[in-house]
Amino acid sequence: MSHAAEHTAEAPAILAEVKPAIVPRAVLVAHGRSFSWITEKICGIIEEKTPRWWWICFAVAGFVASWTVMGLTYLVATGVGVWGHHNPINWAWDIVNFVFWIGIGHAGTLISAILCLLRQKWRTSINRAAEAMTIFAVVCAAIFPVFHVGRIWFAVLPGWLFPFPNGNDIWQNFRSPLEWDVFAVSTYGTVSVLFWYVGLIPDLAILRDRFYAAGNKFRSSLYGLFAMGWRGSNRHWSNYEMAYMILAGISTPLVLSVHTIVSFDFAVSLIPGWHTTIFPPYFVAGAIFSGFGMVLTLMLPLRAVYKLEDLITQYHIDCMCKITLATGTMVGYAYAMEFFIAWYGSNPNEGFAFINRGFGHYAWAYWIMVTCNVITPQFFWFKKIRQNTALVWILSIFVNVGMWFERFVIIVTSLARDFLPSSWGYYSPSIVEIFTFFGTFGVFSVLFLLFIRFLPIMPMAELKAVTPEGDPHSGANAHH
Amino acid sequence: MSAQPYGLIATFDTAAAIYHAAETVRDAGYKKWDCITPCPVHGLDGAMGVKRSLVPRISLAGGITGFCTGMLMIWWTGAWNYKLIVGGKPLFSPMFAFPISYELTILFTAFATIGGMFLLNNLPMHYHPVLKYDHITRGLDDQFFVVIEAADMKFDAKATRALLEKAGGKNITELEH
Repeated sequence: MSHAAEHTAEAPAILAEVKPAIVPRAVLVAHGRSFSWITEKICGIIEEKTPRWWWICFAVAGFVASWTVMGLTYLVATGVGVWGHHNPINWAWDIVNFVFWIGIGHAGTLISAILCLLRQKWRTSINRAAEAMTIFAVVCAAIFPVFHVGRIWFAVLPGWLFPFPNGNDIWQNFRSPLEWDVFAVSTYGTVSVLFWYVGLIPDLAILRDRFYAAGNKFRSSLYGLFAMGWRGSNRHWSNYEMAYMILAGISTPLVLSVHTIVSFDFAVSLIPGWHTTIFPPYFVAGAIFSGFGMVLTLMLPLRAVYKLEDLITQYHIDCMCKITLATGTMVGYAYAMEFFIAWYGSNPNEGFAFINRGFGHYAWAYWIMVTCNVITPQFFWFKKIRQNTALVWILSIFVNVGMWFERFVIIVTSLARDFLPSSWGYYSPSIVEIFTFFGTFGVFSVLFLLFIRFLPIMPMAELKAVTPEGDPHSGANAHH
Repeated sequence: MSAQPYGLIATFDTAAAIYHAAETVRDAGYKKWDCITPCPVHGLDGAMGVKRSLVPRISLAGGITGFCTGMLMIWWTGAWNYKLIVGGKPLFSPMFAFPISYELTILFTAFATIGGMFLLNNLPMHYHPVLKYDHITRGLDDQFFVVIEAADMKFDAKATRALLEKAGGKNITELEH
């Protein structure tokens, strides 16, 4: 077989001369854990009695989520005036929150798709939870554009967003980046769910069989329904792996295009501070940066609570910290470059917009942003810091905060000082807005808690494939 | 259903063992048989003689459909159904229609890929003789099975059993329909 031949082929003669050092590969599943250990560990989380901490967290999350529900109900009942928007700041927290949440989602897709194409096998233990994070972040993000139209029933059917002709039979303006956004975000949400679901199928089949063996027919048939009768057939795996690879292949340009189009919402306009060509790559880097911040925020407690140190090893944390460092540094570079171009472009309005960001009324927000996004990740250069899980977790919170402020700074400072000084203003959020936004953390947490309770938090089949036991040619098992 | 069994199932403990067993069964000329593995085993497709998956063709068809849908939708709505000049721009240009067509390309590709995967795998199929096997839970957990169907032209209760034994299979059992 060509495959076997590959492994048994004679090494080139030159190797005997140069004697290359053997570079050890990081172990992805520590302590040589076996297949059945992985199955027991991951399924055990779902099969055990609901722990008390889960109920406490769920109750708190549910309470916080109710703020969003109340805020939105009040908004729909009253009108968009309950938010703090006024001339000239007609976009504020709604789009800040939208971009913030959608950006968080991007790390999930980066992990599941881009790292899959790059054959970064360390992604396996974190990709399921990161994809779940993506989907729930998109849910939180979608709340804002849908509800900012006020009468939400117009958002879908007599189309303000989706292409149905409106009251005068006029169609949407397909030249508008906002309309592109509708397609980008809804495609992103849909494809993320599909990708996640495809990854879940083999694991749902394990749960189906285990619940059946344990005599729980109800849960067995529920998981079985979604497992589609998966039976681990290699003829199926062949098509499955191909489908998975294609999904990874299309999700990669998708995730890049989504945040590019989100940045077009600003870049295609004529507002100083928005109308810059650096926006697409800058937004994508920022999105991945914020997303990895959130992945760390979520995975580190999960690792501690469920004792997953063998599956999320120090190597995994190092990798995540380094990506955070790299993207954070790119974001820092973008901040500097924006200032440089504002000066180099010699456009007085553009120049003013940036001086105003750094030293105007919103300077406090700008410097919070710079501190959190540029300085915080630099700590990840140090191994000692990366090995201190508690510290990494705290730094990841700073990343989340910083990236929210980045969107706030970009959106609000430019609008607050537009072309007409007579209309300049200062924006403060209303109480309804504040509660609606903080409530989305509750919405996100409720969804995430349900996920860790009812679905396998790590892809068991993929984890098995990266262990030595899953490799037909590994030294431990090889027959030849 | 006839009294004839569905086929024979044999157990293997390691990925290497199933890899070699698959080569043996393939070389013996069987067509209707399968390996049951807890995870995709690298190179097993070649060892089984499974051809390259056809999913990409379905994906491509989906992608082309999606792109054309986007372009046609935007042309039809803006340049045919309700002509409306916005900002003095042409009624239709592939430039401004591109982002949405691009997203729809991806959306349709995703549906085609997953639909194609289910179609080619003949799923959902909630009933299957293999799933009735007592130890199937292990097949998704940590063991590997080879299943040879009785419907195979070369199937012979004794000879096939002997082949599986020779390949190192344990616990060789008849599967009922």
